[in-house]
Amino acid sequence: MARLHTPEELDHFRKELLSQRDPSSPCISICAGAGCVASGAADVIQAFKATIKKEGLAATVDTKGTGCPGFCEQGPIVVIYPDEICYVQVKAEDVAEIVEKTIKENIPVDRLLYTDPVTGEKAVTESDIAFYRSQERNVLCNNIKIDSKNIDDYLAIGGYAALAKVLAEMTDLEVLEAVKQSKLRGRGGAGFPAGRKWEGSRNAADPIKYVIVNADEGDPGAFMDRALLEGNPHSILEGLIIGGYAIGAHEGYFYVRQEYPLAVENINHAITQAREYGLIGDNILNSGFDFKVFVHQGAGAFVCGESTALMTSLEGKVGEPRPKYVRSNLKGLWNHPSVLNNVETWANVPLIVNNGADWFASIGTDSSKGTKIFSLVGKITNTGLVEVPMGMSLKDIIFKIGGGIPNGKAFKAVQTGGPSGGCIPAEKLDLPVGFDELTQAGSMMGSGGMIVMDEDTCMVDVARYFIAFLTEESCGKCVPCREGLRQMHRILTNITQGKGQKGDLELLEELSETAVEASLCALGKSAPNPFMSTLRYFREEYEAHINEKRCPALSCRELISYIIDPQKCQACMICARKCPVDAIDGGKRKIHVIDQERCTRCGTCLEVCPSRFRAVTKLSGEPIPVPPSEDDRIISKKSKKE
Amino acid sequence: MSQIQFEIDGKKVTAEAGMTILEVAQREGIYIPTLCHHEKLAPYGGCRVCIVEVAEKGWTKLVVACVFPVKNNIRVQTRSPKVDRIRKTIIELLLAHAPDSPALVKLADTYGARKDRFVKDPSFCIHCGLCVRYCAEVAQKNAIGFVDRGIHKEISFNPEIAARECNDCKECFPLCPTSYLQAVFVYTQSLSSP
Amino acid sequence: MDFERVDQIIDRYNAEESALLQIMLEIQSENNWLPKEVLERVSKKLAVPLTRIQHIATFYKAFSLVPKGRHKIHICMGTACHVRGASRVLETVVDMTGIQPGETDLDLKFSLETVNCLGCCALGPVMEVDGKVHGKMSPVRTGEALETYK
Repeated sequence: MARLHTPEELDHFRKELLSQRDPSSPCISICAGAGCVASGAADVIQAFKATIKKEGLAATVDTKGTGCPGFCEQGPIVVIYPDEICYVQVKAEDVAEIVEKTIKENIPVDRLLYTDPVTGEKAVTESDIAFYRSQERNVLCNNIKIDSKNIDDYLAIGGYAALAKVLAEMTDLEVLEAVKQSKLRGRGGAGFPAGRKWEGSRNAADPIKYVIVNADEGDPGAFMDRALLEGNPHSILEGLIIGGYAIGAHEGYFYVRQEYPLAVENINHAITQAREYGLIGDNILNSGFDFKVFVHQGAGAFVCGESTALMTSLEGKVGEPRPKYVRSNLKGLWNHPSVLNNVETWANVPLIVNNGADWFASIGTDSSKGTKIFSLVGKITNTGLVEVPMGMSLKDIIFKIGGGIPNGKAFKAVQTGGPSGGCIPAEKLDLPVGFDELTQAGSMMGSGGMIVMDEDTCMVDVARYFIAFLTEESCGKCVPCREGLRQMHRILTNITQGKGQKGDLELLEELSETAVEASLCALGKSAPNPFMSTLRYFREEYEAHINEKRCPALSCRELISYIIDPQKCQACMICARKCPVDAIDGGKRKIHVIDQERCTRCGTCLEVCPSRFRAVTKLSGEPIPVPPSEDDRIISKKSKKE
Repeated sequence: MSQIQFEIDGKKVTAEAGMTILEVAQREGIYIPTLCHHEKLAPYGGCRVCIVEVAEKGWTKLVVACVFPVKNNIRVQTRSPKVDRIRKTIIELLLAHAPDSPALVKLADTYGARKDRFVKDPSFCIHCGLCVRYCAEVAQKNAIGFVDRGIHKEISFNPEIAARECNDCKECFPLCPTSYLQAVFVYTQSLSSP
Repeated sequence: MDFERVDQIIDRYNAEESALLQIMLEIQSENNWLPKEVLERVSKKLAVPLTRIQHIATFYKAFSLVPKGRHKIHICMGTACHVRGASRVLETVVDMTGIQPGETDLDLKFSLETVNCLGCCALGPVMEVDGKVHGKMSPVRTGEALETYK
């Protein structure tokens, strides 16, 4: 492929590409994101390619594996253009029928359409699906349309037009002003105004500057950046080059976590292709602007998602954060001014250039502009990635888009912001999603992880879980974090095991203050958040654990007992056979009883008891009912229920 | 070098740009406690004991004096109820590992810190890093370093380099506030000598 | 791993100090672990103290100073999987293999690690073995899945 030397050549090439693509001929897009691949999408893609070839349709029908559109609960997802017919949970065996009916005769295959669980209605096109309807997928919408390994697909949908516009028609100052005016705030966690960060670097006297993509996405439960890195890497790259131009940086770095090998592969591939086209390198599009991009992999350390630790890691050292008394946009990578932004922040930049700062600022709230991608996971019907305008209520996100809590359970809390964030309870569900709103409620936006919890989730255990996570991920340099979290973990673990004592909560609060005020970096400073927010909204759970040795959610192993309800047990023997420690006594017509001494509370019996009996239940903080006498345990034929 | 003018504990002081609060305080004879600081080593900012309150443009924040660069018109308080409370907790967290360390016991006295506040975990190392940093920056032998991270972080001698270099040096030994260093050295030696 | 191969990797990065992690990642990927002599070689060629390399090798979880097993088990302990019962899945694996996270069994059959979020939250709890994702795991299904690995 020949290099594109000028914006006019790029434009011309794009027009040529479009003229070669017939928008009315079918294009089969199959999501090739990590989740769908795990559910068999690779086989589906293979099956389509083979079937299309066999049927002699390869000349007119395009088949491609694409980026993730976000509807992960229903994957593998197939969307057939131009009509946008959307099929869910597609298996390789379904492909033949799809080709016969939909490709050849334009008839939808009913059984593969998404059925709304409430109304029973079938959705034919992607936009008919309730999950997508309330979303505003400005950043994610292109994922399902492009093969991320093919730069031509990105060009065909208008890719790199923003870069061409910037280099040909805008000064670096004008680009900076646009980003400032858009009021774009960082999407990685802290929500710092991007324009202000860029301005600091641009105005620094140092001639050597860097722009960096934080693709370390360490928050457990968050995979928004993964979908963008794998599904539309060029959108991030384009934003990065524009950012470099705006501040005067000629080198850009991607720091991608190595747990995302497909993302590393696709980013490297995108960079190679962009370089071939002359969109990276010397004198890009005849502008005189030079820009090089390098990719570094992370090596398995959550703390390297913190910006100064990331830069230290880029320098080839352990990921120890640095004090922020001198900000890294002034002294960052190798002590040069460095603008580090999250993947999603960079991906928004071409949109701002193409559509204008005012357009971006018209979406969202006063203090939080634009859209945000959230990973909606946990106890939720529609697990996946959702992109909504800032200001949408948590209730709408969880219930309207997310489909509410499965299995008829009650909503309890939604955790946002990862290990730096907090839990938001039911009484605050009307909260509009925004940086400041979430912070005031005791949580934070974070990178976008949104973990929904139901009545079976123990909030004390949630706090313990996050603190445990951070004791392992802390760099260990400063005392308030390393030692403070060590002690907090010990105390919280004791509480979940029924060993909580009077004074524990006060001690935890003191340790929290020390970590918040005296830690070296944001990891330590925000570490107490999950504890503090759960204490604020669920204090009664902590008190039950400490004072009554009771876990209200019936979750903490040492505080619960499993019992078999003699009224419901039908003596089917399934649990007795499956019990890994032979703790269940019973026979073919003898009601089963769990030996509490032997029981390890693994939960297998509850899992395997047939749902029509539901004879196994959990207790906490109450005495175990005395099991029936030997005689009463025999089920006679007459009293057997069905 | 430009001159910076600010206040520490109500006293007006002048300093050169680039100096840290700790450097200026020490020059002025104002005491700020430290554990991980050493005049021959680059400031570390690990123990957080030198934490002070800084009022700047109407905002008050806590910073570590050994690293924070002085600025014009800031007002520094080296003691306050909050500062004292945090120092006390830090010392108590460290006493759990090294309850008899003279440096810690002395600080414990001033701040009312109790040895038994936290469950003892007598690993002795308080991670001041003085040994590792001295060997890297001054002795330049790199015989000892840190390994791992978080609550699993430890100091570790490289047995080959230690066998070669340490017996003629041992300049780091007096720096260790808990004498853990000497114990690790002896242990390392016993493992490598037949 | 022979030194010639190590040198090739180092030279590809121009023996630059900032490429230290990337060099070590490549060696780890090819060799499955980081032998001491190899680290000493890297230390020499990059003129970087061995203590720094050893800190890096133990700080970052991608590296292993001991050989790994034939089958690498990763249990996702991300929040979404945790809330769906990942700790029970981990307990089952620990019981069945006899090793704790971070360890490899004596036959070098299994290596076990916990990971934080593989990005397949819709399939939680998730267990990944040799790169293959097993979704919707429970203690019972975990046992069944592990038995298929020789």
